[in-house]
Amino acid sequence: MAKVRGRGIASVSYPTGMNLGGDPTQALVFCQPTGGFSVKLASTDLGQGLKTVIQQIAAETLGVPLESVVVDTGDTDSAPHCMGTFASRGTHRVGNAVIMAAQEARRALLEVAAEELEASPDDLDISDGVISVRGVPDRTLSVFDAALAAHFKYGRTISGRGIYLKPKSTVDPETGACDPDSTVAHATTVADVEVDTETGEVTVLRLASAYEVGRQINPAMVEGQIAGGAVMGMAHALMETVYPEYPALRPHAHNLSDYLLPTTMDLPEISSVVLEYPSSNGPYGVKGVGEMTANSPIPAIINAIHDAIGVWITELPVTPEKVLRALKERDAAQSAATAAD
Amino acid sequence: MKQLGIVGQSVHRSDGLGHVTGRTTFIDDISYPHMLYISMVRSPVARGKIRSIDTSKAEAFPGVATVITAKDVPNNLYTILCLIGIGPNDEPVLAEDEVMYEGEPICAVVAESEEIAREAASLVKLDIEELEPVLDVEYALRPEAPKIKKWGTNTFTYDGKDHCQIRFGDVERGFAEADEIVTGTYQLSPIEHAPIETHVCVAKPEPDGRLTVHTNTQALYFTLDNTAIILKMPSNRIRMIGGTVGGGFGGKVDVLTEPITCIAALKTGRPVKWRWTREEETRCSSTRAAVKIEMTDGVMRDGRIVARKVRSLQDAGAYHRHSPYGAMKHMVNVVGPYTIPNVWVDVYCVYTNRQPSSAMRGFGVTEASFAVEVQMDRIAKAIGMDPWEIRLRNAYRNGDMRPFGKITEDATLIETIQAAAKLVGHELPPELAQMHSNDEGGYAAAQRATA
Repeated sequence: MAKVRGRGIASVSYPTGMNLGGDPTQALVFCQPTGGFSVKLASTDLGQGLKTVIQQIAAETLGVPLESVVVDTGDTDSAPHCMGTFASRGTHRVGNAVIMAAQEARRALLEVAAEELEASPDDLDISDGVISVRGVPDRTLSVFDAALAAHFKYGRTISGRGIYLKPKSTVDPETGACDPDSTVAHATTVADVEVDTETGEVTVLRLASAYEVGRQINPAMVEGQIAGGAVMGMAHALMETVYPEYPALRPHAHNLSDYLLPTTMDLPEISSVVLEYPSSNGPYGVKGVGEMTANSPIPAIINAIHDAIGVWITELPVTPEKVLRALKERDAAQSAATAAD
Repeated sequence: MKQLGIVGQSVHRSDGLGHVTGRTTFIDDISYPHMLYISMVRSPVARGKIRSIDTSKAEAFPGVATVITAKDVPNNLYTILCLIGIGPNDEPVLAEDEVMYEGEPICAVVAESEEIAREAASLVKLDIEELEPVLDVEYALRPEAPKIKKWGTNTFTYDGKDHCQIRFGDVERGFAEADEIVTGTYQLSPIEHAPIETHVCVAKPEPDGRLTVHTNTQALYFTLDNTAIILKMPSNRIRMIGGTVGGGFGGKVDVLTEPITCIAALKTGRPVKWRWTREEETRCSSTRAAVKIEMTDGVMRDGRIVARKVRSLQDAGAYHRHSPYGAMKHMVNVVGPYTIPNVWVDVYCVYTNRQPSSAMRGFGVTEASFAVEVQMDRIAKAIGMDPWEIRLRNAYRNGDMRPFGKITEDATLIETIQAAAKLVGHELPPELAQMHSNDEGGYAAAQRATA
């Protein structure tokens, strides 16, 4: 009886957006009289940080400080259609719609500024809330003043509409031929585990991953997704099930008292590196990292268990009972083989 | 890659402080004067015919405003993905003549408090003739299994077939040529999303006849459109407000609370709140589908995978929800990010008498990745190759044809494998360390050359 260690790896790809596409999102952007911008969305923030990521994308596109942008999510009376927050689509779809809307608003703002500065709008830049004439550093106008002029002097709207849609692909019913995704992100996870051959308990010691998710809008949030997903994947591999005797209906988990979830005491060492290969169609090269982070830890852990004790346990979750049963079968097979020799 | 300004910076979340100090307003923080509460009467059995529902005692219970049954629902039969052409409608908002899973909603008791609603709900008398439930997906596919769906099969119908499929190359020829055949069976468990915040909805009738609905759905318009269809109301008579959700993971896209809460508000003329207990969240909300995957690969001794055949069964539970869609996403992802010249995939969306499965973080793909990646290690073991090498040699390269007929465009699998090796201090041999996703060094190139 011993504690034995093993290492496993797993590599995965993950598609961005609803399978086959056909999932639009719209955005509206408008400027208030003193240069604050409002982004109107019917998208939801599930805790992953969509509002902040969109605020960054809008500020980048408009050329204004982050604090000048307010992102309003979640009112169908004031915001146009969004398919929803799922399918790792939020940053990609909403981000693209917001860039389109922000560009239109930016253009309207520059047209007003061009009249004030007596320049062509094509010769203007906006950076950190200041509009300047390219090559003439002292001819500037603040976004604050340009917005005031637009509202009260010229009677101009500074607003923009944006939409992103990947048209829905059809599927050939015979061959399955289709165009399912907009872009694909990738990851490889290395799991180190320790298996207690006496109790059957598997302890995950370490989950180390390399991700490639296109450009990161907010690296800390990407890291948060990777860590959160690693724990979710680990729990899927080792702990969670609504029906412990699936397909039997009984027992059936009722509550968090009989549905096993990981706590901080179960956490392995989690580390990650992120590579950035921009996609061709994402906002600033984004791919997506929402869902995929729970995926590679599961097979990596199963492969690490095999590396440790030499058995494939491919029915999830890998409970201590399943480990002990598998060890028993392994030992029986080994002694049968020895006897046959 | 061009350096940008604020994009690429780890700025703090705009809502983070509110979340960690408890000052963010979530749906359960919303209350209105004279608000009523819902408790749902749910099916005690997995499959049965409803003979009668007697709500008289519950209705007479002091503090009960009304009891809502199927006849109060203008369009009782729905399926959320009707918006993208999935059908036929198969799920009742409230059960009418039959129940298909334990926990299925039957009638909603609306009362002055949650305690009163719960107490009155226990007084509803159900007369249900229990039937043998179908629980095993393999059994569900057999001819002798009871057919639980009204259209007479236990599977979703894709273009006249009981499954969706990929046919690419000649998989039997691939197996005939292979040095080794490697098989594996993979079974995933149905798991719960377990968000911190359970399903909550508040509906308030406005003086102008509109409804204001606060909901923690992940998809406001999806919910608005489906609710309007179920209520037979123009969608601009309903205002959905949400946008901040206490964890979703795919568990809050099934439109399960809003229609009933709206009907209760319309029927009573008062604001109504319905918040799910943890038990409802665990036992009655959707789960991740339990998926069974059988994978057979033809492999050459040098590590080339020359054929892959997959049979996959998705346990949809009692109703469609997002499972027919998830099965198709699974179909295109179950081959994995490797270039294999001959591929055969059959994916079945199978109905059983358990709580419906539906969307959950990565569904369709999570299950595929699990099977593919354990299978890759099995293949490596079978031919005596290192697990890093088997992946790097078979990894798809840009320009490779995917089995669903799309040219690979932004592959970086190889780069993540190399980066992961570096991260854990595993030294790859120079040949493997120098591979990249735009090279011609993969097996795909060799296969193209021999084809």
